[in-house]
Amino acid sequence: MNHTQSTNEYDVAVIGGGLLGSSIAWGLGRLGQRTCVLDEGDVTKRASRANFALVWVQSKGLGLPEYTGWTVRASETWSKLSDEIKAQTGIDVCHQRPGGFHLALSEKELEDRRLSLRRLHNQPGATDYKIEILDHDEVKKQLPHIGPDVVGGTYCPLDGHVNSLRYLRAIHSALKTSGVDYRPEHRVSTIEHRNGEFKISTEQGEIRAGKVVLAAGNANMTLAHMVGLKAPMSPTRGQILVTERTVPFLGFPLTTIRQTDEGTVMIGDSREEFIDDTVQNLPINAVMADRARRMFPLLNQLNIVRTWSGIRVMPKDGFPIYDQSETCPGAFVTCCHSGVTLAPNHAFDIAPMIAKGNLDLERVGAFSARRFDQIQVQSSGYY
Amino acid sequence: MFKRATNHQEPAVQITVDGLPVTARRGDTVSAAILTAGCVEPYRYTAVNGTPRAPYCMMGVCFDCLVTIDGIGNRQGCLIPVSDGMVITRQNGKREIES
Ligand SMILES: Cc1cc2nc3c(=O)[nH]c(=O)nc-3n(C[C@H](O)[C@H](O)[C@H](O)COP(=O)(O)OP(=O)(O)OC[C@H]3O[C@@H](n4cnc5c(N)ncnc54)[C@H](O)[C@@H]3O)c2cc1C
Ligand code: FES
Repeated sequence: MNHTQSTNEYDVAVIGGGLLGSSIAWGLGRLGQRTCVLDEGDVTKRASRANFALVWVQSKGLGLPEYTGWTVRASETWSKLSDEIKAQTGIDVCHQRPGGFHLALSEKELEDRRLSLRRLHNQPGATDYKIEILDHDEVKKQLPHIGPDVVGGTYCPLDGHVNSLRYLRAIHSALKTSGVDYRPEHRVSTIEHRNGEFKISTEQGEIRAGKVVLAAGNANMTLAHMVGLKAPMSPTRGQILVTERTVPFLGFPLTTIRQTDEGTVMIGDSREEFIDDTVQNLPINAVMADRARRMFPLLNQLNIVRTWSGIRVMPKDGFPIYDQSETCPGAFVTCCHSGVTLAPNHAFDIAPMIAKGNLDLERVGAFSARRFDQIQVQSSGYY
Repeated sequence: MFKRATNHQEPAVQITVDGLPVTARRGDTVSAAILTAGCVEPYRYTAVNGTPRAPYCMMGVCFDCLVTIDGIGNRQGCLIPVSDGMVITRQNGKREIES
């Protein structure tokens, strides 16, 4: 057979249909790229179905100031994403940006927070995100239900949250109406770069595309080297508790507690190296529940109706990886923790770069996996 | 709509539903007592969409019988027997909690 490049089935094949792959594929479809999404299926561990749904800025970027700016940008464009998705699908993903709190239950916790924020702020090139440090009474003005154990907290006006499961559903229906081809049960086993195109093997046959985007979460680790890239990951496990629905009492999301648009209260989110998501560490749930009810004693009245654990997609140093292959031009890798927060950047910034065939290194060069060749930077991809 | 079987001879139990006195029978569940007392319909409104609902399975499965009993919301009326002096309020949407 004699295929030429113009007989590619697709301009771009995106591997992975979670928050990253879907948001990027939607952005590509929006620009008229013939795009498919190949997803392994429901057996996979998928962070996109297990997360806490914060669109979170405060405390992000210690060790990599560019990450702060990137996150602030996402916070500022989330409403554009939710508006476009609503116009296209009719689904309201309930994005809200009232600002967010982080509460401290001891003077030491507050002091630690203050110090880490100062270090973050003092980094060269740091973006100012207008964080305030508040004492108990100041917090109480905004969060009237806090308990006496709350000594204070931090507030950042750029923080928010969204119904992330509904976003995932909405972006999948948007993919459909945009003509992006979503193919579930297509686990990719190998990728070859030949004659300027990518031949992607799945159990359901071969798919050919001019460009390939790896957005397979932690599995990028094993796929990346097939196209001359790398994605060193160290996944962690997080647990979440959910209460029964109650009348709205919490006007702001917190790092560890938020009330959803439908009234449930979510309590998160722990961090362990252990990565079996079929079991839970109950003592950790107990600590999370106890801290939550010290913050808001009225939570004592509510039953926990669900709990789960999920595996975070976690680059080794906690910061996003966006990279392009030198040996296989047209191959890209994308992965990050905080894929909810960064969804608009993936749709509106990363997708156009991929459509052009080149990452804009001035904007995202800091996130190249080449940083792992140098001395390890100190990690702070978390909250 | 619901009528008691005529051979139901259990002793009376006094409860209140939304502040009104209701005479139930020993062995009634809260849901059965509300349904047979001819209380104002609907039985409740759901938490998210506010749609009217009534007990459906009467055996603990569907959660369509949620009521507030003695100040505690979201209780399954179909599983809880009435007792003298019980204070029942029906839920108009999400569970309320006290601050
Ligand atoms: C407990 C927890 C709390 C979190 N809280 C927040 C939060 O509050 N805010 C926030 O912004 N982020 C949060 N996150 C992070 C966020 O959920 C992730 O960053 C995001 O979901 C990552 O999306 P993804 O598409 O990269 O990964 P995934 O959801 O893991 O998707 C990867 C996809 O790739 C597919 N795949 C894997 N291997 C292959 C293969 N070989 N071939 C084809 N397909 C393949 C899988 O089927 C899967 O669908 C949280 C995560 C967890 C676990
Ligand atoms: S009526 Fe179904 S659970 Fe009570």
